[in-house]
Amino acid sequence: MIDTKVMPEFKLTPKSYEGEREVTWCPGCGDFGILNSVKQALAQLQIPPHQAYFISGIGCGSKLPDYLHANGYLGLHGRSLPMAQGAKLANHELKVIVTVGDGDAYGIGAGHFVHALRRNSDITMIVEDNKVYALTKGQYSPTSTKGWIASTTPDGAIEIEFNPVVMAIAGGATFVARTFSGDPKHMAQVFAKAIQHKGFALVDVLQSCVVYNLVNTVEWYRPRVYKLDDDASYNPHDYDAAMKKAHEWGDRIPIGVLYVEEGRPTYEDQVKALEQGPLVKQPLGGYSKATWDEFRASMM
Amino acid sequence: MHKNNMTIKIGGEAGQGMDTSGAGFARALTRAGLHIFANQDFMSRIRGGYNFFQLRISDKPVYGPHDDVHLLLAFNQEAVDRHLHEIVPGGAIIHDVSVKVDPAALTTRQVHSFAFPFEAKSLEIGRPAGMDPKHAKQMLNTAALGVTAAITDFPFDRIAEVIRQNFGKKKGTAIADANLAIAQWAYDEARQYADQFDWKLVPLPDAQPQMIINGNQAIGLGAIAAGCKFISAYPMTPATSIIEFMTSQAKRFNLVTKQTEDELAAILFAIGAAQTGVRAMTATSGGGFSLMVEALGMAGMAETPLVVVDSQRPGPSTGMPTRTGQGDLLFVMHASQDEFPRIVIAPGGVESCYADTARAFNLAEKYQCPVLILTEGFQAFASRSVGIEEMPFEEFVIDRGKTLTEAEMNALTPGEYKRYAITADGISPRARQGHPNTTFTVTSDEHTEYGRIEDEDAANRIAQHEKRMRKIETMKQEMRMPEWYGPKNAPITLMGWGATRHAIREAIDILNADGIKANALHFIDIYPLDEARLEKELDKAQYLIDVEGNYTAQLAQVVRVYTGRAVDDKILKYNGRPFSGIEIANTVKVRTQHEAPRAKSSHNGHGGAPKRISRRKVQA
Repeated sequence: MIDTKVMPEFKLTPKSYEGEREVTWCPGCGDFGILNSVKQALAQLQIPPHQAYFISGIGCGSKLPDYLHANGYLGLHGRSLPMAQGAKLANHELKVIVTVGDGDAYGIGAGHFVHALRRNSDITMIVEDNKVYALTKGQYSPTSTKGWIASTTPDGAIEIEFNPVVMAIAGGATFVARTFSGDPKHMAQVFAKAIQHKGFALVDVLQSCVVYNLVNTVEWYRPRVYKLDDDASYNPHDYDAAMKKAHEWGDRIPIGVLYVEEGRPTYEDQVKALEQGPLVKQPLGGYSKATWDEFRASMM
Repeated sequence: MHKNNMTIKIGGEAGQGMDTSGAGFARALTRAGLHIFANQDFMSRIRGGYNFFQLRISDKPVYGPHDDVHLLLAFNQEAVDRHLHEIVPGGAIIHDVSVKVDPAALTTRQVHSFAFPFEAKSLEIGRPAGMDPKHAKQMLNTAALGVTAAITDFPFDRIAEVIRQNFGKKKGTAIADANLAIAQWAYDEARQYADQFDWKLVPLPDAQPQMIINGNQAIGLGAIAAGCKFISAYPMTPATSIIEFMTSQAKRFNLVTKQTEDELAAILFAIGAAQTGVRAMTATSGGGFSLMVEALGMAGMAETPLVVVDSQRPGPSTGMPTRTGQGDLLFVMHASQDEFPRIVIAPGGVESCYADTARAFNLAEKYQCPVLILTEGFQAFASRSVGIEEMPFEEFVIDRGKTLTEAEMNALTPGEYKRYAITADGISPRARQGHPNTTFTVTSDEHTEYGRIEDEDAANRIAQHEKRMRKIETMKQEMRMPEWYGPKNAPITLMGWGATRHAIREAIDILNADGIKANALHFIDIYPLDEARLEKELDKAQYLIDVEGNYTAQLAQVVRVYTGRAVDDKILKYNGRPFSGIEIANTVKVRTQHEAPRAKSSHNGHGGAPKRISRRKVQA
């Protein structure tokens, strides 16, 4: 994975991805842990910063690429996935990672989400899911619990909550996982697996918001979450078992890799023009006279 | 006898195959060295509904349709009812015996009617060849072409060659033979009428090779020649055939083409690809462009080079999907919040769709901004015979502007590269994300020179906003002034933009031939416009008549805002149909009181009555 021509003997550590920016998240925010675990995963996989491309939207979690030393495009609310897929098609040597919040991914971006699932582009999507719109001060999100009381839902949210992992498995994602911001080690492990997976990988991160979600706190999650890795009988390659597990919520919440489908070709694998290498490294124009002659003849 | 100068109209029901037969005949004509202009008119339906295909033929290049029809191939009753009045005296209708033509109308209009048992003969020849009745009846097309060749004296072997090629490749010899047989039968039957029809088509001795290309194909070709490797789009008439054409060429030129889930994704895929260093584009019509607007602003803020095609159709909203118009000019000039540099180019004609789209890719990278191409339905579908020399694909020079080469990036120290470096011309050298020495972020937020979010600091905001906006001044030096056509110092100047270019030119030719001195000032590059230079050009115009396909004279508004110059009159059309040269010329004659108003068709409004201006004034 590491481009040895560029960095022959330099060993990458989490510090290698440290941005120079002051982090503006609230003290105690789960995003700090996510950021650290992302760095851990990158170091574990020895991905040089210039080969990582972080694409985000708008929201607290979407600021993450601004705090990293890596390539980034901090774009529009809900629109990271199409941009990430375009970037991947243009340069499939890059490790493209989307980092967005639950509102961005499952609310305004839901239309793109379902198509990314079935397309199996080789990108990783990390959703910082705190079940609330935090940056706009506390409105309910698609993953907020039914009955959630906030400024726009004073009598409680009427909709039932969106289950991203069920949706992702049903929609055709080839890697679906859940992790928890209160367990940095687990997060780093799951992120690394997701990045390594060849195909579309979703990681939904259960995350606290210390200001606007005083229900689903770290203390609320900790006794409820349990690791799928601890259950030797659980087989993430079993679709039906994964679907069942993905529905589990409440007193017991599974975290870890819920579902994996190996071997399905990625979208980029199936695009003929990419057989000659990344599009960005192919010559622009400059087609031979013979090529144009053949074209001209076809139009006569 | 009229040699090599006529218009053939083929009208019938969608699905009857008029476009295929028309295109086949066009091919035979261009191989014979003749020039053609072909346009179609169709309804937003798959089957049924009324369509026509119109072919103008000349021994000189032709750039637009003509209102006069010399030969009507009527495939159903509606074609006769709709177009009989367009046929010139001495012209003819070719039709099946089942179609009724009023003999009185024929006599009044001095139009011939040649009826043949096309349907019966199609079945007679088609059945033994194994064709079901539906497909057999489609041979009506081929038969009609046989008749056309017969009465115009066009050599039969020229159409036989095209028929053999068209049907032989895809459908096998039995079908090709059946089509040849019906064409031969029709030709032989119709020869007896040749001396009653005055318009003749004669192959030229020194036929030069010509391609037949429509506006959307030309846009795709401009993109390919300019090194565009990526198009993402969502189907929307009349833009769809741009991605379709590029997809048809994807293997030849190694392109990535992507139909996305919606137009939001279409522009964002393209931005993602462009930011990564590939030349990328998207294409849509006004409704889809509306969805793209937020991302357009992001490309402006992040300074991502991008080419966006808006193929206009009448709106608002769904409007008239298969029709044409020029209602989006002000919209694309101003779409998205706040201000950022963008370029708006409106090509006029197939050759301009090619050349100006190619140029758009250089401009997008040079100025690191979105470039908007404004075309329209009429131009998207209309095709023309194009000489090889008109589209010198191999000669296009790719200019990536201040884009760092691999060697330049190799020479950088990691950390020193500033994506948004403050420069005098506003253009910051652009590097590829993915190179080890140029790891950086870009943001839709206001940002620092390094591309980090800085959405609070006022001084940084001023520095970055001014840097971006300075690019407009830099662009202005390169943007082209509107082009003149016709005699200098004419008392009448027609002003237009985009796809009306050739119709206006033809109007100028007609007016001058009729002794009315007039010229035209036509905009292809529209924005940014250099006020000082434009004022000088406008000073050369005396009586300025604006010609546009919208209700509020949008170009005239732009010109007035930027230069203070008001137009003296406007010819505006918004019925969804294209302008023709003769139509503009006639309207100018009426407006300038060179001619009394004619009884005009009720659905061809030009926005207003003749103006009371003195005839002396416009002849001065």
